[in-house]
Amino acid sequence: MSELKLTDVAKTYGSVDVLKHINLDIETGELIVFVGPSGCGKSTLLRMIAGLEKISGGMLEIEGQVMNDVPPAQRGIAMVFQSYALYPHMTVRENMAFALKIAKMPNAEINSAVERAAQILQLEPFLDRLPKALSGGQRQRVAIGRAIVRDPKVYLFDEPLSNLDAALRVATRIEIARLKEAMPESTMIYVTHDQVEAMTLASRIVVLANKGIAQVGTPLELYETPDNEFVAQFIGSPAMNLLPGVISETGDMTSITLDSGGVAVSSIATKSDQMGLRVNVGVRPEDFFPDDKSTFLEGNVDFIEALGEVTLLYFASRPGAEDIVAKFPGIEKNLRGQNVKLNADPAKVHLFHDGLSLRNSR
Amino acid sequence: MHPAFQGLLTIAIGVSGCVGYFYLSNQFLDKVLFPPRGPNAGRNINRANIIRPWLFLFPAVAALGLYLAYPVIETMRLSLTDRVPGGGYEWVGLENYKQMVAEPKFWEAMRNNMLWLIVVPALSTFFGLLVAQLTDRIRWGNVAKAMIFMPMAISFVGASVIWKLVYDTRPVEQDQIGILNALYMFFGGTEPQTWLTIPFWNSFFLMVVLIWIQTGFAMVILSAALRGIPEETVEAAILDGANPFQIFFKIKVPQIKTTILVVWTTITILVLKVFDIVFAMTNGQWETQVLANYMYDKLFRANDWGVGSASAMVIMLLVTPILVWNVRNARNEMK
Repeated sequence: MSELKLTDVAKTYGSVDVLKHINLDIETGELIVFVGPSGCGKSTLLRMIAGLEKISGGMLEIEGQVMNDVPPAQRGIAMVFQSYALYPHMTVRENMAFALKIAKMPNAEINSAVERAAQILQLEPFLDRLPKALSGGQRQRVAIGRAIVRDPKVYLFDEPLSNLDAALRVATRIEIARLKEAMPESTMIYVTHDQVEAMTLASRIVVLANKGIAQVGTPLELYETPDNEFVAQFIGSPAMNLLPGVISETGDMTSITLDSGGVAVSSIATKSDQMGLRVNVGVRPEDFFPDDKSTFLEGNVDFIEALGEVTLLYFASRPGAEDIVAKFPGIEKNLRGQNVKLNADPAKVHLFHDGLSLRNSR
Repeated sequence: MHPAFQGLLTIAIGVSGCVGYFYLSNQFLDKVLFPPRGPNAGRNINRANIIRPWLFLFPAVAALGLYLAYPVIETMRLSLTDRVPGGGYEWVGLENYKQMVAEPKFWEAMRNNMLWLIVVPALSTFFGLLVAQLTDRIRWGNVAKAMIFMPMAISFVGASVIWKLVYDTRPVEQDQIGILNALYMFFGGTEPQTWLTIPFWNSFFLMVVLIWIQTGFAMVILSAALRGIPEETVEAAILDGANPFQIFFKIKVPQIKTTILVVWTTITILVLKVFDIVFAMTNGQWETQVLANYMYDKLFRANDWGVGSASAMVIMLLVTPILVWNVRNARNEMK
């Protein structure tokens, strides 16, 4: 059953469109991650679901109930803020109990709810401390605890890890994943700009761009079969290489003559009327491999970045075009300045026309 | 000599005097008093460095001592003496204090001061907080704030004159130009009231003036504090289901508690010294006397420096603890 449903949701500030035509179905128990570049409206969308921003158009339903004009507290949601937003004058216990006290829950129930949340999050030793006496990670756990005690239908996380340092971020990320596993029935929506968080946590990722949804899918769907150039380049690091060319042979396998001279082969099928179509050939850096007999791509290694587990090779590009990047496993220190021929598995060669994948046009 | 030239000369003498003082005193310390030479060079350098800060502090300490500390001591001394007719003075011990506490007017002033102390800071802070919160979100809020802040720019005496007009009384057959009487008559009063002569209540009519002035002060400080509250905590409270009153009293007010206390105590200190308003409006008649005006009466009207100084000491004793507490609070705030 669908837990949360967005139908043609839009947000405008005056005459400026921020978001439009947002359609999304979220199932019970999913962990949905909103990603996108800064300013794409991912936090705004989350705040609209929370009720902190007005919905300018469309419909928001939670468990089949229209929530557009329902006050935030009655939507059955709880939110964890980037800055934690703990009440600085209240102890950890009071912070977690606040919502329940407002709801006039009996004291005994409040206590047991707080104790239970504290136990899940290992906050028991800190219950009587003020937020200022806690570390960043502990504060973040209190913020999560404040959400847990309310036992909401939907958890909303607004970049919850971006105020933490790198090591703590990894630890807390795993903690959130465990928490999600311990509460399989709860639905979570998580906003981040960090793809690693998105890839590791999400059951489905929603990529937001250009005022709308660029693609929705499981992390690997987005990685393996991106619908458009934006998603192709946004997911994965370094970004996918895009090489312009013209289709020179159609059929179950498609050949493309690249502007740089080589010929690429993709397993994406094309029809005969697509002959001569201008396309961008997309190859992820990690899908390139060295092949002396390759006709795909040949170039001088201009620069390398040896990261230990992988080596990034930057190929000198023609002026005006982006560098081509290849990622080889292991350490390849000696390739700098050398001429390397690259090839790629046709199954991993993507084709885009006008920014959209040809995979879907069949 | 031309006055402009005189002025320039004064500045030149003053500045070169200052520079000369700092330069020469340091030279004296380093070259003559503790020269870094000879068998005790190390010890001398240490000693010179212990003394040096005091060289720089000395002018400020001397000026503050002369204008702040000395008057306190002199007032204390005067409160223990009496003027002898024909010149000179005599030591009388605590006689002045005894005489003062035997006067009903002194206790009336004490009682009124306590009333002022309770009512004015409380109401000023309360109204200031209310206005700060209410004007925060509306478009013409800044205009409203400017209007409410404006009385701060008026002197206490000016404010008193304005409010004397508010409380003005005209004979019954004439039009009432005081708005209070005008309203009173409009709503069916038979006789115009002389508001400032109604004992007990007239003190409150005077307090209104100070509240009117100080609300602006409280509003400005508290408004800044309210804006300093992280917006997310308010949003979190909204999500937690708090209504606007709960957000204000349980989330916002506790977060600016220290600022509220500083505002409260600052106004309290001001209230303890209140003089101008009483002096200009009733001059302490009709049971509106306060300590500062009592002191003025004794010192400059009755020419009784003894009792006048004694009452000044009482005011200082009352202010000191609040002042110390306030400074400590303000310091904690800055940490």
